[in-house]
Amino acid sequence: MGKQPAAIIGIGQTHHRAKREDVSMAGLCREAIDRALLDANMTLDDIDAIVVGKAPDLFEGVMMPELFLAEALGAAGKPLLRVHTAGSVGGSTAIVASSLVQAGVHKRVLTVAYEKQSESNAMWALSVPLPFNMPVHAGAGGYFAPHVRSYIRRSGAPTHIGAIVAAKDRNNALKNPYAHLHNEGTTVESVMASQMLWDPIRYDETCPSSDGACALVIVDEDTAKSSPNPAWIHGTVMRSEATTAAERDQVNPQAGRDAAAALWKQAGIINPIEEIDAAEIYVPFSWFEPMWLENLGFAAPGEGWKLTEAGETAMTGRIPVNCSGGVLSSNPIGASGMLRFGEAALQVRGAAGEHQVDGVRRALGHAYGGGSQFFAMWVVGAEKPTN
Amino acid sequence: MSRTLQAPVTVAFDYTRSTGPVVGRFLTGLRDGVVVGGRTSAGQVVVPPLEFDPVTHEATTEFVEVSSVGTVTSWTWVPEPVKGQPFDRPFAYALVTLDGADVPLLHALDVASPAEVTTGMRVRVRWATDRVGHINDIAGFEPLAPGEAEVTAPAATSEAPVTGVVTTVSLDYNYAASPEESLFYRGLNEGRIMGQRCPTCLKVYVPPRSACPTDGTPTEEEVELSQTGTITTFCIVNVPFLGQKITPPYVSAYVLLDGADIAVLHLILGVPADEVRMGMRVKAVWKPKDEWAYSLENIDHFAPTGDPDAEFDTYKQHL
Repeated sequence: MGKQPAAIIGIGQTHHRAKREDVSMAGLCREAIDRALLDANMTLDDIDAIVVGKAPDLFEGVMMPELFLAEALGAAGKPLLRVHTAGSVGGSTAIVASSLVQAGVHKRVLTVAYEKQSESNAMWALSVPLPFNMPVHAGAGGYFAPHVRSYIRRSGAPTHIGAIVAAKDRNNALKNPYAHLHNEGTTVESVMASQMLWDPIRYDETCPSSDGACALVIVDEDTAKSSPNPAWIHGTVMRSEATTAAERDQVNPQAGRDAAAALWKQAGIINPIEEIDAAEIYVPFSWFEPMWLENLGFAAPGEGWKLTEAGETAMTGRIPVNCSGGVLSSNPIGASGMLRFGEAALQVRGAAGEHQVDGVRRALGHAYGGGSQFFAMWVVGAEKPTN
Repeated sequence: MSRTLQAPVTVAFDYTRSTGPVVGRFLTGLRDGVVVGGRTSAGQVVVPPLEFDPVTHEATTEFVEVSSVGTVTSWTWVPEPVKGQPFDRPFAYALVTLDGADVPLLHALDVASPAEVTTGMRVRVRWATDRVGHINDIAGFEPLAPGEAEVTAPAATSEAPVTGVVTTVSLDYNYAASPEESLFYRGLNEGRIMGQRCPTCLKVYVPPRSACPTDGTPTEEEVELSQTGTITTFCIVNVPFLGQKITPPYVSAYVLLDGADIAVLHLILGVPADEVRMGMRVKAVWKPKDEWAYSLENIDHFAPTGDPDAEFDTYKQHL
């Protein structure tokens, strides 16, 4: 017996902000959950199982937060699973939830992912010095900046490509009422003029630190009949690899390439750039747009930046990327992957509001985490898959 | 000598926790010297109030002031208190159902011996002298003799609703390096950089691993590496952050030592940051020997050798 069809019929997210001091972690999750349930025309009583995800516990200093959150998430008397794969966790959490439906285990699964970054400081949490070692680590930016430099050297990309991405995503965010950053008037020039933080990454080329949550309701074929516009799941893939290994490709990681190849095969896609109408790709630092365009197979190695430079990743381009504003405009870390997956689903449902791309039939949601160690991605479509 | 090197490490942070309106209402009550419960859809009064109703899942909105006197429904004895517990002397943890509540609250009961605790005994809140809107505003419970009443708390010093608490977390670990890493750190204490070669793929790892990350083979053959290498890639850290040990700006670079198959992350000095290049040849600059320890910090930094840069093709597979 193959996979059962599964569809997303409810999507909810919070208004992402630097500090959501008005709500607790539980309240933040419920804000997203209640919107997703309203969208799905359901209540918590209709839900069979709950899958929750968030990034490292050190970010809020609560060990195993799923324990105290169980009641607020409506999990009493139901299965509750927690998923963790660092920054990709929002994506892998949605995939675990969808697999429960595709496997025929449950019919109506609620999944939620969150981060309340304001409760601590992620830069600190990612740079705790270890004994015996050289304390040169400097957060996620410090980790990824050398690999961005490697990409620029390998591809020969002009140095303003990252600024093009940042200006595009910040302007897209103006069309998304939930986005954290609403920076009017961001231009390539203003990004280039912003402070160099982790050379070659500038301030305006980095994601913000956000509080936020995202929730999805994923259901089986029968339940999906009640929805006027279900987003059908056409493929889901997760892949991992060693964080450090001799001659590991940090610019174009093997696990990402393998995951993408498996995803396109599952979804019956031969030529992604022609067949995918919108993509939500995990881009916490602007240069990761061209890097992941190549890793995902939208462009040949070394060619991704040409799509960006030509405007092909803008809302009017061949492959619109991050019409929501992306991670560059909202980054509640644990939720960021699920936001990519949910925004892809909004696009195929025609429900993305002002940042809707016309006529989206199939969309990609993508997340990565750790030192480009974990990859999670899905393809969703307006039609039920035929395979 | 132990096979492995160990050192203490402390991970500590003052977390700024948002309470939300329900827990915030409870903590505001404690700050004001009253205990506030929440009524569930089933009519029970729960202390502290539940953020969301277990049956209807709606947010709790009905709050009830309960007594600061109650009854012990169960308890356990703590003969040897540890750091961070309510008292530094033996005490009881007790479940106390306050008068007016239906569900017990867990807190400390201040008595000298377990002989002084019984299930069913009457106890009262002992308020902390300075109340800030925190569970520790209840310093603990104390036995209530027949005829005694509850204690009225001194007036609060603030009227603003409590919306957040600071939660101090401090975890003390004993960090243990693996035997292979210990070999590496011991080598550094002798001025040497030691790696290990994987017998399957022949790659040389520095620091050495217990097993090759690619094929899983245990790495055993020890290899002493050159102190000279090539910068594969790097970033210039301009951003200050909490806990940072090196003052920015500084160059954090991957240095591929000659003879190694994986780069180590280290600091580059002896050249202006904006003149550091991919392919630049660098050498280890050690601290004075009397400052050495079992640490990669024995190498103060890497500095340019002045030799011509390595060709891109010689290190491109390490990016």
